[in-house]
Amino acid sequence: MKHAEVADVEIRLLLEGVQQIYGYDFRDYAAASIKRRLTHWLAESAFDTFSQAQSRLLREREVFESLLRGITVNVTEMFRDPEFFRAMREQVVPFLKTYPFVKIWHAGCATGEEAYSMAILLNEEGMAGRYRIYATDINETVLQKASEGVMPIMEMQRFTRNYQKSGGSASFADYYTARYDRAILSAALKKHIVFAPHNLAVDGEFGEMNMVLCRNVMIYFKPALKERCLRLFDSSLLPGGFLCLGLKETLEKRQVGEHYAELSPPLRIYRKRYG
Amino acid sequence: MARSFQAVVIGVSTGGVSALAKLLGQLPAEFPLPILIVQHIGPNAGSGLVKLLGERCLLRVKEADEQDEILPGTVYLAPANYHLLVEHGGFLALSADPHVSFARPSVDVLFESAAEVFGPDLIGVVLTGANFDGSRGLRTIKERGGVAIVQDPADAEAQQMPQAALAATGVDYVVALNGLAALLQELASQCATSPRQRGGRDD
Ligand SMILES: C[S@@+](CC[C@H](N)C(=O)[O-])C[C@H]1O[C@@H](n2cnc3c(N)ncnc32)[C@H](O)[C@@H]1O
Repeated sequence: MKHAEVADVEIRLLLEGVQQIYGYDFRDYAAASIKRRLTHWLAESAFDTFSQAQSRLLREREVFESLLRGITVNVTEMFRDPEFFRAMREQVVPFLKTYPFVKIWHAGCATGEEAYSMAILLNEEGMAGRYRIYATDINETVLQKASEGVMPIMEMQRFTRNYQKSGGSASFADYYTARYDRAILSAALKKHIVFAPHNLAVDGEFGEMNMVLCRNVMIYFKPALKERCLRLFDSSLLPGGFLCLGLKETLEKRQVGEHYAELSPPLRIYRKRYG
Repeated sequence: MARSFQAVVIGVSTGGVSALAKLLGQLPAEFPLPILIVQHIGPNAGSGLVKLLGERCLLRVKEADEQDEILPGTVYLAPANYHLLVEHGGFLALSADPHVSFARPSVDVLFESAAEVFGPDLIGVVLTGANFDGSRGLRTIKERGGVAIVQDPADAEAQQMPQAALAATGVDYVVALNGLAALLQELASQCATSPRQRGGRDD
Protein backbone atom coordinates (compact mmCIF):
# COMPACT_ATOMS: atom_id res chain seq x y z
CA MET A 1 0.00 0.00 0.00
CA LYS A 2 2.65 2.40 1.18
CA HIS A 3 4.73 1.96 -1.94
CA ALA A 4 1.84 2.69 -4.28
CA GLU A 5 0.96 5.87 -2.51
CA VAL A 6 4.50 7.16 -2.79
CA ALA A 7 4.48 6.49 -6.52
CA ASP A 8 1.15 8.28 -6.85
CA VAL A 9 2.51 11.33 -5.09
CA GLU A 10 5.64 11.25 -7.22
CA ILE A 11 3.58 11.08 -10.39
CA ARG A 12 1.49 14.04 -9.31
CA LEU A 13 4.61 16.07 -8.61
CA LEU A 14 6.19 15.01 -11.86
CA LEU A 15 3.18 15.97 -13.97
CA GLU A 16 2.98 19.26 -12.13
CA GLY A 17 6.67 19.94 -12.84
CA VAL A 18 6.32 19.00 -16.49
CA GLN A 19 3.38 21.33 -16.83
CA GLN A 20 5.20 24.26 -15.27
CA ILE A 21 8.50 23.83 -17.08
CA TYR A 22 7.45 22.55 -20.49
CA GLY A 23 3.83 23.63 -20.72
CA TYR A 24 2.53 20.14 -21.46
CA ASP A 25 -0.40 19.39 -19.21
CA PHE A 26 -0.99 15.71 -18.52
CA ARG A 27 -2.73 16.23 -15.20
CA ASP A 28 -6.13 15.75 -16.80
CA TYR A 29 -5.31 12.43 -18.38
CA ALA A 30 -7.01 9.29 -17.05
CA ALA A 31 -4.83 8.13 -14.17
CA ALA A 32 -4.76 4.40 -14.85
CA SER A 33 -3.39 4.65 -18.39
CA ILE A 34 -0.93 7.42 -17.65
CA LYS A 35 0.42 5.57 -14.66
CA ARG A 36 0.92 2.43 -16.74
CA ARG A 37 2.87 4.34 -19.31
CA LEU A 38 4.93 6.30 -16.79
CA THR A 39 5.79 3.13 -14.94
CA HIS A 40 6.81 1.54 -18.21
CA TRP A 41 8.95 4.56 -19.09
CA LEU A 42 10.61 4.45 -15.67
CA ALA A 43 11.39 0.75 -16.00
CA GLU A 44 13.12 1.38 -19.33
CA SER A 45 14.97 4.44 -18.05
CA ALA A 46 18.13 4.66 -16.01
CA PHE A 47 16.21 5.90 -12.96
CA ASP A 48 14.97 3.89 -10.00
CA THR A 49 12.18 6.19 -8.90
CA PHE A 50 10.20 9.10 -10.29
CA SER A 51 11.74 11.36 -7.67
CA GLN A 52 15.16 10.44 -8.92
CA ALA A 53 14.12 11.13 -12.52
CA GLN A 54 12.52 14.45 -11.60
CA SER A 55 15.71 16.46 -11.24
CA ARG A 56 17.05 15.71 -14.71
CA LEU A 57 13.62 15.67 -16.22
CA LEU A 58 13.05 19.28 -15.28
CA ARG A 59 16.49 20.40 -16.45
CA GLU A 60 17.21 18.36 -19.56
CA ARG A 61 14.96 18.67 -22.55
CA GLU A 62 16.04 15.26 -23.94
CA VAL A 63 14.88 13.50 -20.82
CA PHE A 64 11.54 15.22 -21.13
CA GLU A 65 11.31 14.32 -24.83
CA SER A 66 11.82 10.68 -23.99
CA LEU A 67 9.11 10.90 -21.37
CA LEU A 68 6.82 12.57 -23.88
CA ARG A 69 7.40 9.76 -26.35
CA GLY A 70 6.61 7.30 -23.59
CA ILE A 71 3.34 8.84 -22.51
CA THR A 72 1.76 9.85 -25.76
CA VAL A 73 0.65 6.77 -27.58
CA ASN A 74 0.61 7.29 -31.30
CA VAL A 75 -0.59 3.96 -32.66
CA THR A 76 -2.70 4.48 -35.73
CA GLU A 77 -3.34 2.89 -39.12
CA MET A 78 -4.69 3.76 -42.51
CA PHE A 79 -8.42 3.11 -42.80
CA ARG A 80 -8.51 2.10 -39.13
CA ASP A 81 -11.94 0.61 -38.45
CA PRO A 82 -12.80 0.02 -42.12
CA GLU A 83 -16.53 0.03 -41.42
CA PHE A 84 -16.20 3.62 -40.21
CA PHE A 85 -14.60 4.67 -43.50
CA ARG A 86 -17.26 2.77 -45.41
CA ALA A 87 -19.95 4.77 -43.64
CA MET A 88 -17.96 7.92 -44.33
CA ARG A 89 -17.93 7.11 -48.02
CA GLU A 90 -21.53 6.03 -48.27
CA GLN A 91 -23.34 8.24 -45.79
CA VAL A 92 -21.28 11.34 -45.09
CA VAL A 93 -19.60 12.19 -48.39
CA PRO A 94 -22.95 12.68 -50.18
CA PHE A 95 -23.63 15.54 -47.72
CA LEU A 96 -20.11 16.96 -48.06
CA LYS A 97 -20.47 17.00 -51.84
CA THR A 98 -23.30 19.49 -51.60
CA TYR A 99 -20.75 22.13 -50.52
CA PRO A 100 -18.44 23.84 -52.98
CA PHE A 101 -15.55 23.47 -50.52
CA VAL A 102 -15.18 21.65 -47.20
CA LYS A 103 -12.82 22.05 -44.26
CA ILE A 104 -11.93 19.04 -42.10
CA TRP A 105 -10.03 18.88 -38.82
CA HIS A 106 -8.29 15.72 -37.61
CA ALA A 107 -7.51 16.41 -33.94
CA GLY A 108 -4.87 14.02 -32.58
CA CYS A 109 -3.75 12.85 -36.03
CA ALA A 110 -0.58 11.08 -34.80
CA THR A 111 1.56 10.07 -37.80
CA GLY A 112 -1.14 11.10 -40.25
CA GLU A 113 -2.56 7.79 -41.47
CA GLU A 114 -6.13 8.84 -40.75
CA ALA A 115 -5.80 12.15 -42.61
CA TYR A 116 -4.19 10.46 -45.62
CA SER A 117 -6.97 7.89 -45.66
CA MET A 118 -9.51 10.68 -45.75
CA ALA A 119 -7.67 12.37 -48.64
CA ILE A 120 -7.69 9.12 -50.62
CA LEU A 121 -11.38 8.65 -49.97
CA LEU A 122 -12.34 12.22 -50.90
CA ASN A 123 -10.25 12.13 -54.07
CA GLU A 124 -11.88 8.87 -55.10
CA GLU A 125 -15.30 10.36 -54.48
CA GLY A 126 -14.58 13.20 -56.87
CA MET A 127 -13.81 15.89 -54.30
CA ALA A 128 -10.16 16.48 -55.24
CA GLY A 129 -9.39 20.19 -54.98
CA ARG A 130 -12.58 20.86 -53.02
CA TYR A 131 -11.35 20.23 -49.51
CA ARG A 132 -8.65 21.17 -47.05
CA ILE A 133 -7.62 18.93 -44.16
CA TYR A 134 -6.11 20.38 -40.99
CA ALA A 135 -4.34 17.62 -39.11
CA THR A 136 -3.07 18.47 -35.65
CA ASP A 137 -1.34 16.79 -32.75
CA ILE A 138 0.38 17.72 -29.51
CA ASN A 139 3.49 15.74 -30.40
CA GLU A 140 5.76 17.45 -32.92
CA THR A 141 7.84 14.35 -33.56
CA VAL A 142 4.83 12.51 -34.95
CA LEU A 143 3.74 15.59 -36.91
CA GLN A 144 7.13 15.69 -38.60
CA LYS A 145 6.67 12.06 -39.59
CA ALA A 146 3.14 12.76 -40.72
CA SER A 147 4.18 15.53 -43.06
CA GLU A 148 6.85 13.31 -44.62
CA GLY A 149 4.20 10.75 -45.50
CA VAL A 150 6.58 7.83 -45.34
CA MET A 151 5.55 4.52 -43.80
CA PRO A 152 7.09 1.13 -43.22
CA ILE A 153 6.41 -0.97 -46.30
CA MET A 154 5.49 -3.97 -44.18
CA GLU A 155 2.41 -2.10 -42.95
CA MET A 156 1.06 -1.70 -46.45
CA GLN A 157 -0.45 -5.14 -46.68
CA ARG A 158 -2.59 -4.50 -43.62
CA PHE A 159 -3.52 -1.00 -44.82
CA THR A 160 -4.48 -2.39 -48.22
CA ARG A 161 -6.81 -4.90 -46.58
CA ASN A 162 -8.36 -2.14 -44.48
CA TYR A 163 -8.77 0.01 -47.58
CA GLN A 164 -10.55 -2.75 -49.45
CA LYS A 165 -12.81 -3.56 -46.51
CA SER A 166 -13.74 0.11 -46.33
CA GLY A 167 -15.15 -0.08 -49.84
CA GLY A 168 -12.11 1.20 -51.74
CA SER A 169 -11.93 -0.29 -55.21
CA ALA A 170 -8.91 1.34 -56.82
CA SER A 171 -5.45 -0.16 -56.72
CA PHE A 172 -4.04 0.85 -53.33
CA ALA A 173 -0.48 0.42 -54.58
CA ASP A 174 -1.03 3.42 -56.85
CA TYR A 175 -1.07 5.67 -53.80
CA TYR A 176 2.56 5.07 -52.85
CA THR A 177 6.00 4.32 -54.21
CA ALA A 178 7.99 1.53 -52.61
CA ARG A 179 11.57 2.42 -51.80
CA TYR A 180 13.50 -0.31 -49.95
CA ASP A 181 11.60 -0.88 -46.72
CA ARG A 182 9.53 2.28 -47.00
CA ALA A 183 6.36 3.37 -48.73
CA ILE A 184 6.31 6.99 -49.84
CA LEU A 185 2.82 8.38 -50.23
CA SER A 186 2.10 10.21 -53.46
CA ALA A 187 2.37 13.98 -53.49
CA ALA A 188 -1.22 14.32 -54.70
CA LEU A 189 -2.39 13.11 -51.27
CA LYS A 190 -0.32 15.62 -49.33
CA LYS A 191 -1.35 18.62 -51.37
CA HIS A 192 -4.48 19.45 -49.42
CA ILE A 193 -3.36 18.50 -45.92
CA VAL A 194 -1.87 20.98 -43.46
CA PHE A 195 -0.10 19.46 -40.45
CA ALA A 196 0.20 21.73 -37.41
CA PRO A 197 0.82 21.49 -33.67
CA HIS A 198 -2.26 21.94 -31.50
CA ASN A 199 -2.77 20.96 -27.88
CA LEU A 200 -6.36 20.05 -27.04
CA ALA A 201 -5.77 20.81 -23.38
CA VAL A 202 -4.88 24.48 -23.91
CA ASP A 203 -5.28 25.69 -27.50
CA GLY A 204 -8.32 27.22 -29.17
CA GLU A 205 -10.78 26.36 -31.87
CA PHE A 206 -10.44 26.00 -35.64
CA GLY A 207 -13.23 28.00 -37.24
CA GLU A 208 -15.96 26.93 -39.66
CA MET A 209 -15.25 23.25 -40.02
CA ASN A 210 -17.56 20.93 -41.93
CA MET A 211 -16.16 17.92 -40.13
CA VAL A 212 -14.07 17.21 -37.05
CA LEU A 213 -12.52 13.82 -36.36
CA CYS A 214 -11.07 13.09 -32.94
CA ARG A 215 -10.74 9.34 -32.67
CA ASN A 216 -8.99 7.44 -29.90
CA VAL A 217 -7.61 10.58 -28.31
CA MET A 218 -10.18 11.59 -25.69
CA ILE A 219 -10.50 8.08 -24.25
CA TYR A 220 -7.32 8.94 -22.38
CA PHE A 221 -8.72 12.15 -20.90
CA LYS A 222 -10.51 12.75 -17.63
CA PRO A 223 -14.15 13.85 -17.96
CA ALA A 224 -13.43 17.58 -17.54
CA LEU A 225 -10.85 17.59 -20.34
CA LYS A 226 -13.21 15.59 -22.54
CA GLU A 227 -15.87 18.23 -22.03
CA ARG A 228 -13.38 20.94 -22.92
CA CYS A 229 -12.46 19.21 -26.17
CA LEU A 230 -16.07 18.63 -27.11
CA ARG A 231 -16.90 22.31 -26.52
CA LEU A 232 -13.94 23.19 -28.71
CA PHE A 233 -15.16 20.91 -31.50
CA ASP A 234 -18.70 22.15 -31.11
CA SER A 235 -17.66 25.76 -31.53
CA SER A 236 -15.46 24.86 -34.50
CA LEU A 237 -18.22 23.04 -36.37
CA LEU A 238 -20.74 24.61 -38.72
CA PRO A 239 -24.37 23.58 -38.27
CA GLY A 240 -24.92 20.40 -40.27
CA GLY A 241 -21.26 19.50 -39.77
CA PHE A 242 -20.03 16.08 -38.67
CA LEU A 243 -18.23 15.00 -35.53
CA CYS A 244 -16.50 11.60 -35.59
CA LEU A 245 -15.28 9.83 -32.46
CA GLY A 246 -13.53 6.51 -31.85
CA LEU A 247 -15.68 3.40 -31.85
CA LYS A 248 -15.78 3.19 -28.07
CA GLU A 249 -16.43 6.90 -27.45
CA THR A 250 -19.87 8.49 -27.32
CA LEU A 251 -21.65 11.80 -26.84
CA GLU A 252 -24.03 10.13 -24.43
CA LYS A 253 -24.04 11.97 -21.10
CA ARG A 254 -22.01 14.81 -22.66
CA GLN A 255 -23.09 18.41 -22.39
CA VAL A 256 -22.89 19.09 -26.11
CA GLY A 257 -24.70 15.83 -26.88
CA GLU A 258 -28.07 17.44 -27.36
CA HIS A 259 -26.80 19.48 -30.31
CA TYR A 260 -26.08 16.28 -32.22
CA ALA A 261 -27.85 13.34 -33.83
CA GLU A 262 -26.01 10.08 -34.35
CA LEU A 263 -25.88 9.19 -38.01
CA SER A 264 -25.13 5.47 -38.00
CA PRO A 265 -25.24 4.38 -34.39
CA PRO A 266 -22.39 2.00 -33.75
CA LEU A 267 -19.89 4.02 -35.77
CA ARG A 268 -19.93 7.22 -33.70
CA ILE A 269 -20.58 9.64 -36.52
CA TYR A 270 -22.63 12.57 -35.21
CA ARG A 271 -24.23 15.41 -37.13
CA LYS A 272 -24.61 18.84 -35.61
CA ARG A 273 -28.20 20.06 -35.66
CA TYR A 274 -29.23 23.27 -37.32
CA GLY A 275 -30.23 25.93 -34.79
CA MET B 1 -9.75 -11.99 7.91
CA ALA B 2 -12.64 -9.59 7.64
CA ARG B 3 -12.67 -7.49 4.56
CA SER B 4 -15.01 -5.92 2.17
CA PHE B 5 -14.50 -7.09 -1.37
CA GLN B 6 -15.34 -4.59 -4.03
CA ALA B 7 -14.91 -6.51 -7.26
CA VAL B 8 -14.07 -9.76 -8.99
CA VAL B 9 -11.75 -9.69 -12.00
CA ILE B 10 -11.54 -12.67 -14.32
CA GLY B 11 -9.02 -13.45 -17.05
CA VAL B 12 -9.71 -16.20 -19.54
CA SER B 13 -8.72 -17.20 -23.05
CA THR B 14 -9.00 -20.45 -24.99
CA GLY B 15 -12.08 -22.32 -23.81
CA GLY B 16 -13.39 -19.18 -22.19
CA VAL B 17 -16.82 -18.94 -23.71
CA SER B 18 -18.08 -22.20 -22.27
CA ALA B 19 -16.21 -21.66 -18.98
CA LEU B 20 -17.76 -18.22 -18.52
CA ALA B 21 -21.22 -19.43 -19.50
CA LYS B 22 -20.97 -22.16 -16.90
CA LEU B 23 -19.57 -19.96 -14.15
CA LEU B 24 -21.90 -17.01 -14.62
CA GLY B 25 -24.85 -19.36 -15.06
CA GLN B 26 -24.25 -20.64 -11.53
CA LEU B 27 -24.26 -17.23 -9.87
CA PRO B 28 -27.51 -15.88 -8.42
CA ALA B 29 -29.09 -12.64 -9.60
CA GLU B 30 -28.27 -11.04 -6.26
CA PHE B 31 -24.54 -11.70 -6.44
CA PRO B 32 -23.32 -8.54 -4.75
CA LEU B 33 -20.04 -7.76 -6.54
CA PRO B 34 -19.25 -6.33 -9.94
CA ILE B 35 -17.45 -8.79 -12.21
CA LEU B 36 -14.93 -7.46 -14.73
CA ILE B 37 -13.82 -9.87 -17.42
CA VAL B 38 -11.10 -9.99 -20.02
CA GLN B 39 -11.77 -12.79 -22.46
CA HIS B 40 -9.23 -12.81 -25.29
CA ILE B 41 -11.07 -12.09 -28.52
CA GLY B 42 -10.05 -11.14 -32.03
CA PRO B 43 -9.88 -7.48 -33.06
CA ASN B 44 -13.11 -7.69 -35.02
CA ALA B 45 -15.24 -9.72 -32.63
CA GLY B 46 -18.68 -8.20 -32.33
CA SER B 47 -20.92 -8.22 -29.29
CA GLY B 48 -21.91 -11.87 -29.69
CA LEU B 49 -20.27 -12.91 -26.43
CA VAL B 50 -22.17 -10.30 -24.41
CA LYS B 51 -25.43 -11.53 -25.84
CA LEU B 52 -24.61 -15.18 -25.33
CA LEU B 53 -23.55 -14.74 -21.70
CA GLY B 54 -26.49 -12.45 -21.01
CA GLU B 55 -28.81 -15.21 -22.08
CA ARG B 56 -27.08 -17.83 -19.96
CA CYS B 57 -27.10 -16.02 -16.64
CA LEU B 58 -29.20 -13.95 -14.28
CA LEU B 59 -26.75 -11.10 -13.91
CA ARG B 60 -26.68 -8.03 -16.12
CA VAL B 61 -23.97 -8.46 -18.75
CA LYS B 62 -22.64 -5.58 -20.80
CA GLU B 63 -19.68 -4.60 -22.90
CA ALA B 64 -17.60 -2.10 -20.96
CA ASP B 65 -17.89 1.50 -22.14
CA GLU B 66 -15.47 4.24 -21.25
CA GLN B 67 -16.38 5.86 -17.96
CA ASP B 68 -18.95 3.22 -16.99
CA GLU B 69 -19.62 3.36 -13.29
CA ILE B 70 -18.74 -0.01 -11.77
CA LEU B 71 -21.99 -1.37 -10.33
CA PRO B 72 -22.62 -4.40 -8.15
CA GLY B 73 -24.20 -7.46 -9.72
CA THR B 74 -23.09 -6.40 -13.18
CA VAL B 75 -20.72 -8.20 -15.51
CA TYR B 76 -18.49 -6.05 -17.70
CA LEU B 77 -16.68 -7.55 -20.67
CA ALA B 78 -13.68 -5.87 -22.25
CA PRO B 79 -14.44 -4.83 -25.83
CA ALA B 80 -12.46 -6.25 -28.74
CA ASN B 81 -9.29 -4.32 -29.47
CA TYR B 82 -9.27 -2.23 -26.26
CA HIS B 83 -7.68 -2.72 -22.89
CA LEU B 84 -10.04 -2.47 -19.94
CA LEU B 85 -8.81 -0.59 -16.87
CA VAL B 86 -10.17 0.49 -13.51
CA GLU B 87 -9.95 4.14 -12.52
CA HIS B 88 -9.96 5.55 -8.99
CA GLY B 89 -13.49 6.46 -7.97
CA GLY B 90 -15.01 3.24 -9.27
CA PHE B 91 -15.10 3.91 -12.99
CA LEU B 92 -13.95 1.94 -15.99
CA ALA B 93 -11.54 3.20 -18.61
CA LEU B 94 -10.55 1.87 -22.01
CA SER B 95 -7.30 2.23 -23.85
CA ALA B 96 -6.03 1.47 -27.33
CA ASP B 97 -2.42 1.26 -26.15
CA PRO B 98 -0.28 -1.42 -27.80
CA HIS B 99 -0.78 -5.08 -26.97
CA VAL B 100 0.41 -6.25 -23.56
CA SER B 101 1.39 -9.88 -23.10
CA PHE B 102 0.52 -10.26 -26.80
CA ALA B 103 -3.09 -9.40 -26.12
CA ARG B 104 -5.54 -6.55 -26.34
CA PRO B 105 -7.60 -6.68 -24.26
CA SER B 106 -4.96 -7.97 -21.86
CA VAL B 107 -5.69 -9.67 -18.55
CA ASP B 108 -2.54 -8.20 -17.03
CA VAL B 109 -3.69 -4.65 -17.76
CA LEU B 110 -7.07 -5.21 -16.12
CA PHE B 111 -5.62 -7.01 -13.10
CA GLU B 112 -2.86 -4.49 -12.46
CA SER B 113 -5.11 -1.47 -12.69
CA ALA B 114 -7.80 -3.12 -10.55
CA ALA B 115 -5.21 -4.10 -7.92
CA GLU B 116 -4.07 -0.51 -7.88
CA VAL B 117 -7.55 0.76 -7.07
CA PHE B 118 -9.06 -2.03 -4.96
CA GLY B 119 -5.96 -3.30 -3.15
CA PRO B 120 -6.92 -6.07 -0.71
CA ASP B 121 -10.60 -5.78 -1.59
CA LEU B 122 -10.17 -7.56 -4.89
CA ILE B 123 -10.67 -11.15 -6.02
CA GLY B 124 -8.65 -12.17 -9.08
CA VAL B 125 -9.46 -15.31 -11.04
CA VAL B 126 -7.41 -16.93 -13.82
CA LEU B 127 -9.25 -19.51 -15.90
CA THR B 128 -8.49 -21.67 -18.91
CA GLY B 129 -6.19 -20.33 -21.63
CA ALA B 130 -3.28 -21.21 -23.88
CA ASN B 131 -0.89 -18.35 -23.10
CA PHE B 132 0.73 -16.49 -20.21
CA ASP B 133 -1.43 -13.41 -19.90
CA GLY B 134 -2.75 -12.80 -16.39
CA SER B 135 0.10 -14.27 -14.37
CA ARG B 136 1.87 -10.96 -13.83
CA GLY B 137 -1.44 -9.31 -12.99
CA LEU B 138 -2.38 -12.01 -10.51
CA ARG B 139 0.96 -11.55 -8.81
CA THR B 140 0.23 -7.84 -8.47
CA ILE B 141 -3.15 -8.63 -6.96
CA LYS B 142 -1.45 -10.83 -4.38
CA GLU B 143 1.19 -8.19 -3.66
CA ARG B 144 -1.60 -5.74 -2.95
CA GLY B 145 -3.21 -8.14 -0.51
CA GLY B 146 -6.04 -9.35 -2.74
CA VAL B 147 -7.32 -12.89 -3.11
CA ALA B 148 -6.01 -15.04 -5.98
CA ILE B 149 -7.97 -17.95 -7.43
CA VAL B 150 -6.77 -20.19 -10.25
CA GLN B 151 -8.68 -22.85 -12.11
CA ASP B 152 -7.16 -26.28 -11.47
CA PRO B 153 -5.08 -26.87 -14.63
CA ALA B 154 -6.26 -30.47 -14.70
CA ASP B 155 -9.81 -29.15 -14.97
CA ALA B 156 -9.06 -26.47 -17.60
CA GLU B 157 -9.64 -26.87 -21.30
CA ALA B 158 -6.25 -25.19 -21.86
CA GLN B 159 -3.79 -25.55 -18.98
CA GLN B 160 -1.09 -23.06 -19.84
CA MET B 161 -2.64 -19.89 -18.45
CA PRO B 162 -3.60 -21.40 -15.06
CA GLN B 163 -0.20 -23.09 -14.86
CA ALA B 164 1.65 -19.87 -15.64
CA ALA B 165 -0.36 -18.08 -12.95
CA LEU B 166 0.44 -20.77 -10.39
CA ALA B 167 4.12 -20.52 -11.28
CA ALA B 168 4.11 -16.75 -10.95
CA THR B 169 2.60 -16.36 -7.51
CA GLY B 170 1.29 -18.12 -4.47
CA VAL B 171 -2.48 -18.32 -4.71
CA ASP B 172 -5.30 -18.71 -2.21
CA TYR B 173 -7.46 -21.24 -4.02
CA VAL B 174 -7.02 -23.76 -6.81
CA VAL B 175 -10.48 -24.94 -7.80
CA ALA B 176 -12.37 -26.79 -10.49
CA LEU B 177 -14.72 -24.63 -12.52
CA ASN B 178 -17.69 -26.38 -10.92
CA GLY B 179 -16.76 -25.18 -7.46
CA LEU B 180 -15.91 -21.61 -8.42
CA ALA B 181 -19.36 -20.02 -8.25
CA ALA B 182 -19.86 -21.36 -4.73
CA LEU B 183 -16.45 -20.07 -3.66
CA LEU B 184 -17.11 -16.61 -5.06
CA GLN B 185 -20.45 -16.47 -3.29
CA GLU B 186 -18.87 -17.50 -0.03
CA LEU B 187 -16.16 -14.85 -0.33
CA ALA B 188 -18.69 -12.22 -1.33
CA SER B 189 -21.01 -13.06 1.55
CA GLN B 190 -18.17 -12.56 4.05
CA CYS B 191 -18.06 -9.02 2.88
CA ALA B 192 -21.78 -8.62 3.37
CA THR B 193 -21.74 -9.84 6.98
CA SER B 194 -18.48 -8.43 8.25
CA PRO B 195 -18.18 -4.75 8.94
CA ARG B 196 -16.07 -2.78 6.52
CA GLN B 197 -12.50 -2.87 7.65
CA ARG B 198 -10.17 -0.47 6.05
CA GLY B 199 -6.88 -1.67 7.48
CA GLY B 200 -5.67 1.82 8.32
CA ARG B 201 -6.37 3.23 4.89
CA ASP B 202 -8.66 6.14 4.80
CA ASP B 203 -10.10 7.82 1.77
C1 LIG C 1 -3.95 6.82 -30.47
S1 LIG C 1 -3.51 8.26 -31.38
C2 LIG C 1 -4.94 8.42 -32.43
C3 LIG C 1 -4.60 8.59 -33.88
C4 LIG C 1 -5.77 8.60 -34.86
N1 LIG C 1 -6.72 9.65 -34.55
C5 LIG C 1 -6.44 7.25 -34.90
O1 LIG C 1 -7.55 7.09 -34.36
O2 LIG C 1 -5.88 6.32 -35.47
C6 LIG C 1 -3.70 9.55 -30.18
C7 LIG C 1 -2.99 10.84 -30.53
O3 LIG C 1 -3.48 11.90 -29.70
C8 LIG C 1 -2.42 12.77 -29.43
N2 LIG C 1 -2.71 13.59 -28.24
C9 LIG C 1 -2.65 13.22 -26.95
N3 LIG C 1 -2.93 14.26 -26.14
C10 LIG C 1 -3.19 15.32 -26.96
C11 LIG C 1 -3.54 16.68 -26.73
N4 LIG C 1 -3.68 17.16 -25.49
N5 LIG C 1 -3.73 17.48 -27.80
C12 LIG C 1 -3.59 17.00 -29.06
N6 LIG C 1 -3.24 15.72 -29.35
C13 LIG C 1 -3.06 14.89 -28.31
C14 LIG C 1 -1.23 11.85 -29.25
O4 LIG C 1 -0.01 12.54 -29.45
C15 LIG C 1 -1.50 10.78 -30.32
O5 LIG C 1 -0.81 11.07 -31.51
